[in-house]
Amino acid sequence: MNFRYIGKKRRTKEDPRFVTGRGRFVADVALPGMKHVALVTSPHAAARIKAIRAEKALALQGVHYVLTGEELCAAVDPLLIGVDAPLVRRYPLANGVARYAGEWVAAVVADSRHLAEDAAERVEVDYEPIPYILDAEKSIEPGAPLVHPEHGSNVLYRRKFVWGPVEEDFARAAHRLSFRVRWGRSATVPIETFGVAAQWDPAQQLLDVWASIQMPKFPDQTARALRLPGNAVRVYFDVDVGGSFGVKRGIKHTVLVGYLAKKLGFPVRFIEDRLENMRGGDMHGPDRIFDLQVAFDADGTIRSMKIRALDDVGAYAGRSPLQLGKPVGAIVGPYRIGSVEYEPISVLTNKTAQEAVRGFGQSPTNYALESAVDRVARHLGMDRVAIRKKNFIGKDQFPYLIPSGTTYDSGDYHTVLDKALAAAEYASLVEMREAARKAGRLAGIGISTCLEPSGGNTAFEPLFNPKNETTTWMDSCLVRIDLSGAITGVMNTSSAGQGHETLVATVLGEILERDPDTIRVVHADSLTALPSNSPVASRMAIMLGGAAAGAAKRIKAALLAIAAHNLGVPETLLEYREGNVAVKGATGKSLGWDQLVEIAHRKFHRMPPGLEPGLQAKFVWEVPKGGALPTADGRIQMYPCFSLEAHVVLVEIDPATGQAKLVRYACGHDCGTMINPDIVHGLTYGGIAHGIGAALYEKFAYSDNGQLLSQSFMDYLIPSALEIPSITMVDHCTPSPLTEFGQKGSGEAGYLGAPAAIACAVNDALGPMGASIDELPMTPLAIWTRIQGGPT
Amino acid sequence: MKAAPFEYFRASTLAEACAQLAEHGADAKLIAGGQSLVPMMAMRLARPAWLIDIRRLEELQRIESRNDPVSSADDVVSVGAAVRQCVIERDPLARASLPLLGRALKWVGHVQTRNRGTVGGSIVHADPSAEIPLVTCVLDAVLELRDAAGATDVPAREFFLAPMVTAIAPEQCLAEIRFPVWKGARVGSAFEEVSIRQGDFALVSACAQVALDADGKCIRAALGIGGASPFPQALPEIGERLAGTQLDDRTIVDAADAAAKLIDPDGDLHATAAYRRHLARVLVERVLRSAREDVR
Amino acid sequence: MSERLYRVSMLVNAQRREAEVPARLTLVDFLRDTLRLTGTHTGCEHGICGACSVLLDGAPVRSCLIYAVQADGGSVITIEGLARPDGTQGTLQDSFCEAHALQCGFCTPGMIIAAHALLNDNPAPSEAQIREAIGGNLCRCTGYQQIVDAIQLASGKRDGGIA
Repeated sequence: MNFRYIGKKRRTKEDPRFVTGRGRFVADVALPGMKHVALVTSPHAAARIKAIRAEKALALQGVHYVLTGEELCAAVDPLLIGVDAPLVRRYPLANGVARYAGEWVAAVVADSRHLAEDAAERVEVDYEPIPYILDAEKSIEPGAPLVHPEHGSNVLYRRKFVWGPVEEDFARAAHRLSFRVRWGRSATVPIETFGVAAQWDPAQQLLDVWASIQMPKFPDQTARALRLPGNAVRVYFDVDVGGSFGVKRGIKHTVLVGYLAKKLGFPVRFIEDRLENMRGGDMHGPDRIFDLQVAFDADGTIRSMKIRALDDVGAYAGRSPLQLGKPVGAIVGPYRIGSVEYEPISVLTNKTAQEAVRGFGQSPTNYALESAVDRVARHLGMDRVAIRKKNFIGKDQFPYLIPSGTTYDSGDYHTVLDKALAAAEYASLVEMREAARKAGRLAGIGISTCLEPSGGNTAFEPLFNPKNETTTWMDSCLVRIDLSGAITGVMNTSSAGQGHETLVATVLGEILERDPDTIRVVHADSLTALPSNSPVASRMAIMLGGAAAGAAKRIKAALLAIAAHNLGVPETLLEYREGNVAVKGATGKSLGWDQLVEIAHRKFHRMPPGLEPGLQAKFVWEVPKGGALPTADGRIQMYPCFSLEAHVVLVEIDPATGQAKLVRYACGHDCGTMINPDIVHGLTYGGIAHGIGAALYEKFAYSDNGQLLSQSFMDYLIPSALEIPSITMVDHCTPSPLTEFGQKGSGEAGYLGAPAAIACAVNDALGPMGASIDELPMTPLAIWTRIQGGPT
Repeated sequence: MKAAPFEYFRASTLAEACAQLAEHGADAKLIAGGQSLVPMMAMRLARPAWLIDIRRLEELQRIESRNDPVSSADDVVSVGAAVRQCVIERDPLARASLPLLGRALKWVGHVQTRNRGTVGGSIVHADPSAEIPLVTCVLDAVLELRDAAGATDVPAREFFLAPMVTAIAPEQCLAEIRFPVWKGARVGSAFEEVSIRQGDFALVSACAQVALDADGKCIRAALGIGGASPFPQALPEIGERLAGTQLDDRTIVDAADAAAKLIDPDGDLHATAAYRRHLARVLVERVLRSAREDVR
Repeated sequence: MSERLYRVSMLVNAQRREAEVPARLTLVDFLRDTLRLTGTHTGCEHGICGACSVLLDGAPVRSCLIYAVQADGGSVITIEGLARPDGTQGTLQDSFCEAHALQCGFCTPGMIIAAHALLNDNPAPSEAQIREAIGGNLCRCTGYQQIVDAIQLASGKRDGGIA
């Protein structure tokens, strides 16, 4: 397709405010009379709260209130949970029992954060430690301490799905392998912690909320928990969010602060400090053990898989168990695998709660799938490129229905992998590996080819909870042309760096043929917003882009109707060019943009009958191919669009120290039509860096007594520019047939394939010495231990 | 993550700082760059009632050579305790005379922390894996401690007692560090460490300085290991054993094996004791080879 | 119990700023909360992430690791002070936009400060030198690649020194 603005190198609309320090983050929101919150947190993995004495805290000058769980839990409703487990109750503060070290027990409100911390130290809490469980596998054994005894078990969700003739395929296959891989507990850990400020207006009976938020249905959930009507909570979506990648959910923070603001009658702000964020911010990511069985033939054809995925969500659950659900929609990856058995098990332990992390469970699953493909290749002595190409869905096989009921929209996996191999200069990569090995070093090449499902339709909600019949996950856009002829696009969620303002302006500019630089894009608040969800699930290019395109087309249609009426010719004889409408052919009869706008705004007498005055249009878009409930055997169309990323990486390992170094990194990426290539590339580079962190550096580690060991940035190791290598990126474009411009999602790109590729490379490096490693992160200690022949 | 309240006093002379320390005793802490102290105060792991700021004291900013042209003993370069790490990186005298310190600084933190952090601050903080303390021990530097009554010299090798614990008394201030500078020989040095990310605390570090005669025979060697004992550990006994050898590969391997037996590593989140012991052996071997090559 | 206040006076972006502050107020909290210069951000408050980087007496430092009282008498440049005198973006700021060297923008001010200090010292740095100079500044969005690109773009076409 030939585009005017889409796909072109263009500066973003957002960057200028950030490079000048003029972003407006939640910590920049200062309300008159605002007070500050600090938290009292539990030091125990599990403990009953016997008593809380706040006198010494309240005696400090400038301290206004100490809120306990007892008071708060009686006054608010439990936060929503994504699966059907109503007795796993979760409140912002511990309700009589603290279930992990770092859980919030009381909140102190004071004139400054400094004073609030002084006071928090003086709150006396009597704890009675009780038995706790940290090991996910042991947590589901009989007799294990129960994290929520009322629930009756530590299992939050468990189901065995069978899609297709799994047993027959296993019986027919020439070979079978089984193995275990483990994805360690890490998260996206944005540089901005979560923060929220709230103010209650008693005259209007309205709670105003500014928050660092990326949470579907956030205003609704806040209102429900606070027992307020939805229209009594106004969330401002124009707060800049300092990174999220899934985790900025903050519902418990917001209910806490909203309650305090309403009760105390002054504005209240809580900005997590880094310790509160890491221990009690409830933003840890998947912590997953995969047991895989794979059945395949001698020629490398993979017939079937059985996957058991045990995920440790920690002590509470919001949407986190659903992170086992999203992978259902890409359970076979880019491969033609005829049948699958999938058993997701979501379990509770006495650890910090898990939250959504970039890819919503897909990256761990991709790591497991790619590990399987590599093992099959190794077992058969096949080349790892060849086995992938043998099993890839062919580009002429789309739309392609996978066993779990999802249809992939389009793709050209062979070409994307070839492009990545070429970008990596694969032949020279192999030579480098061999040269390193000859010189006594360990070197390995990793390849991964992974899918990014995009355009999230939240179909995992009804799949994992029969009581939940959600089948729409719309997004919307409002476009206004004002009297001056200037264009404003209104979006209905906040942004965390994904460039949505640029997206909307580019799409509106493309359809209306007007310069995007002249188009303003603003964020509504939740009371003025059109129905929308959240910039999650790689959905905004598809959903917000689609909504903006739909609204712009309605504007264009109105302009054409006005022109037809005023020029006295049918619309079929008109052509639209850069906002002006002319009669086709060289008649000279035309109406310009300014004239059309003026008619719409001022001259009702010249408007065609039936058309509203003014010039604005809204469009609410449903996810393409969404809208259905799952079948009885759990088949469902998950996300509509599927991007592919192929990673090729060379790793060198110092055999004496176990340190791994990324020597070369190339990525081939196909997300269909790119709206703004700089944004897509940036997201992908960042996703790769994030994946490098998960693969080699980052882990929320716990001591045997349930203390989080990596609770500061001194021990939770986010990679810097010195660890992340220069990356060669190469694009390919297979347009999606389901979207306006052929675009697919890319918000999770890079992260979905990097850990798999790096793990495969490390194992390729260790292979010659007969060692392997099956757990992320692959730290120097872990790698060295395997080199020494230690346990895997 | 806000510090507990404290009072602040900016000293204008070293004597004034010492008087403040004498008055407040263990309730006071000195601050210069604050790059180790401030995070501990932010986490309220340290909560002094008084902070005495010595960062600007001219007396603590000097880098001086105290050569003795007559004596055959080592020359001395004295470094004021409040000299910032970034200054050492650029100072001509320090670069020429203390190459090992320069090599160590490449591993210390990042640009921003070296711009603020001081040589003395790192020593007094006494993290067992810190680079500058290790260099003071390996080179057998002398630390001059001042209090209201006067000055006391303590050898670096007797200063570090345990993690974050030193021989300094609450009323004392580290004033200067006197590094021996080896005279008249071909000297080479090396510093290596393993950390998970660049700029992190070392899991283990090692450094060495060797002097070779014209025939390549080792006439003097000093080495040590950081992060693998409760304090930075110089290994003079290994150094003595290397003197007189050709510093050939076999000798180096033996020295590394012997060094790894002398340490007392502990395990933590990032490294087990066994891994640290292994790394110590590997790194000693590497720094001895590199120091040897550095001469050539 | 009320905390003793200390008078501090410093040049911030070439303007004399004075205030009475408690000793425990960090320089970053002073800049953000007292002076309302919110372009400098706090990401960890323990000296690792670099989001709070400012220039103090010309050198990049972490403003969460300095108490405001310690900076008394000093000269501080924040991201707000890097604009040209006419208010338009400086060269590095422009290069960051051209290379799209940011996403959420939270680490960006600290990153630009670090890059600015590098280019003052070394107008034509290598990629390795750039990575070294920003090695103490964590970014979670970009993977650093477009940041390195932006700094390379800015090098060699820079204005003169800073204030």
